[in-house]
Amino acid sequence: MSVLINQEELFQDRVDNEIKIEPRDWMPDAYRKTLVRQISQHAHSEIVGMLPEGNWISRAPSLKRKAILLAKVQDEAGHGLYLYSAAETLGTSREQMINDLHSGKAKYSSIFNYPTLTWADIGAIGWLVDGAAILNQVMLCRTSYGPYARAMVRICKEESFHQRQGFDILLTLSRGTPAQKEMCQDAINRWWWPSMMMFGPRDSESTNSDQSMKWKIKRKSNDELRQNFVDMCAEQVKVLGMTLPDADLKWNEAEGKYDFGEIDWDEFWNVVKGNGPCNKQRLDARRKAWEEGEWVREAASAFAKKQQQKQKQDKAA
Amino acid sequence: MFLLNYTLYLADNALLLGHRNSEWCGHGPVLEQDIAITNISLDLIGQARNFYQYAALLKNDGSTEDTFAYTRDIREFKNCLLTELPNGDWGQTILRQFLFSNYQYLLYEQLQHGHDQQLAAIAAKALKEVTYHLRWSSEWVIRLGDGTEESHRRMEQAIAEIWSYTGELFIPASYELEANANGIAPDLKTLEVSWLQKVNEIFTAASLSAFAKATADKVYMHKGGKQGNHTEYMGYILAELQFMQRAYPGAEW
Amino acid sequence: MSFQIRKFYYGDIPEDKAGGAIVSKQTANDWPLWEIFIRSKQGLDHKHVGSLHAADAQMAIENARDVYTRRMEGVSIWAVESKHIHASNPDEATSLYEPANDKIYRYPTFYDLPDEVGHM
Repeated sequence: MSVLINQEELFQDRVDNEIKIEPRDWMPDAYRKTLVRQISQHAHSEIVGMLPEGNWISRAPSLKRKAILLAKVQDEAGHGLYLYSAAETLGTSREQMINDLHSGKAKYSSIFNYPTLTWADIGAIGWLVDGAAILNQVMLCRTSYGPYARAMVRICKEESFHQRQGFDILLTLSRGTPAQKEMCQDAINRWWWPSMMMFGPRDSESTNSDQSMKWKIKRKSNDELRQNFVDMCAEQVKVLGMTLPDADLKWNEAEGKYDFGEIDWDEFWNVVKGNGPCNKQRLDARRKAWEEGEWVREAASAFAKKQQQKQKQDKAA
Repeated sequence: MFLLNYTLYLADNALLLGHRNSEWCGHGPVLEQDIAITNISLDLIGQARNFYQYAALLKNDGSTEDTFAYTRDIREFKNCLLTELPNGDWGQTILRQFLFSNYQYLLYEQLQHGHDQQLAAIAAKALKEVTYHLRWSSEWVIRLGDGTEESHRRMEQAIAEIWSYTGELFIPASYELEANANGIAPDLKTLEVSWLQKVNEIFTAASLSAFAKATADKVYMHKGGKQGNHTEYMGYILAELQFMQRAYPGAEW
Repeated sequence: MSFQIRKFYYGDIPEDKAGGAIVSKQTANDWPLWEIFIRSKQGLDHKHVGSLHAADAQMAIENARDVYTRRMEGVSIWAVESKHIHASNPDEATSLYEPANDKIYRYPTFYDLPDEVGHM
């Protein structure tokens, strides 16, 4: 018993002293579980997140935009892969995590359950959704678990072009025809609140936050990050000559930050529970890809085994 | 005129195959391969852009890469039918990629020494990419052909499905003949010999026999893409590809 | 209080977890995990960049090319199946690495030489 307590204390001491935890180090079971849950959710979000944007690859309005979007969605596949790899160092196989996603046990970010209706949505996703994600990810570059932190550093490096390309799409629209301007504002209107919801429940409602902060898995609270996001976007939207759809949004001189309106939490919990506009389509698409890939994965495994056997026989002969 | 048409032919092939492959993005059989096929897709779209940009220079009437891709109608597209076929399953996509990469490899290898400096330069750059596409797709054909019973059956099926679209690659259109006569493009007859050798080599390694049967039976070969006589699939590709430019003519994106 | 601490790491992730062996129908087609090392330019060491899944070594190298060098990050790739990596035990870290602590004479700054000697 005393040895165990000692381990916990040593662990917390290392975390407090900003020494990264590595895969072979002792760690509390709950820390491991929290990490697996969080990293796999993060990975699933990258993979499911390919779908709403992928929806516009075939319809991108120019060859340049098509190439950029394709590269961006491909990056997300890469990011999912880095994250699955980080979670695998904790002893959970990728296949297990994917099964949990497909069975509905594991969650992914609700933002990807909203539909992409117009080309401007691709811009809005880049600016708002990636903007929100980056705030979270920059924080996670300093997370206490080494493999997760390293994956995040790599992701942040690659992600830097994502938000810019999104803003660039909107900027072009904002300088375009009346129809393009309207498309631009409409996309911002539809993506603003779902993006605000990406930071999760308010701190007072968040069950996992405290322990995660103590373990330095998370380093900023949901509300802190959300505030950063509002302060950033409220300024950037001016460059676009557009507005954010929040009547309560105004600069608070005394506190040096923006005040903003209340999120529709009913909508938030509904989408989390699976009633979002695209929940079913997203999971169906992922399951379909996985099931239709089964014979391919099987064939490659079988082929690899045959080759190994051949090599063994050649050596024996 | 033949040079413009020939350049557009090269561009259209790359665009259509790149477009088809890009439909896999987010739906691949495993994450690593999703990324791989998208890389190929990006390479091909990049090649298409280079060829279109050169075509715009040749045409010199304000055309751009985008006006070629987004405002021409079906009869003006010159890509081979093979490149516009639906993806089918992973096996069919792989097979189509192998058959076409094999063709592009041999074509670019010659083109880079051709008399048109621009085309030669684009081909030399693209050849590096295609070398990898050919290697990657060859390995996958072997893996699937010699994997499980099911994968073998699917590959034989894929060959039966698309073999009849390969003949067109080697039947020269008038612009190809002229390009060849002017020392720009290779003679397709010599290309075909090397192409068949490679197909034979890879199919043998993959234990695939449908090809031998198809050649023995002298399967009928479809053609027409090079002259703008496409499959019905093509119209739907263009409907998607060109939607934005058609719905908002003249807008900048 | 008995409480079993599971430990899985690179190198000793059990075979079933690494996908290297067939355990059930579910994991039969899970491709094994590979660790990827990349030389970013000539003259530098290969450095661990992460891992990925592949059915065989050839595929592992090609996947690494597609996954980890999309932005010209490398000129050479090593792929090692994860289960073949042996790792030191962090519980023994003190005995393995701390003895080097007091051997300051291994560092050039330990030696105080007259200025006339110049750069040495």
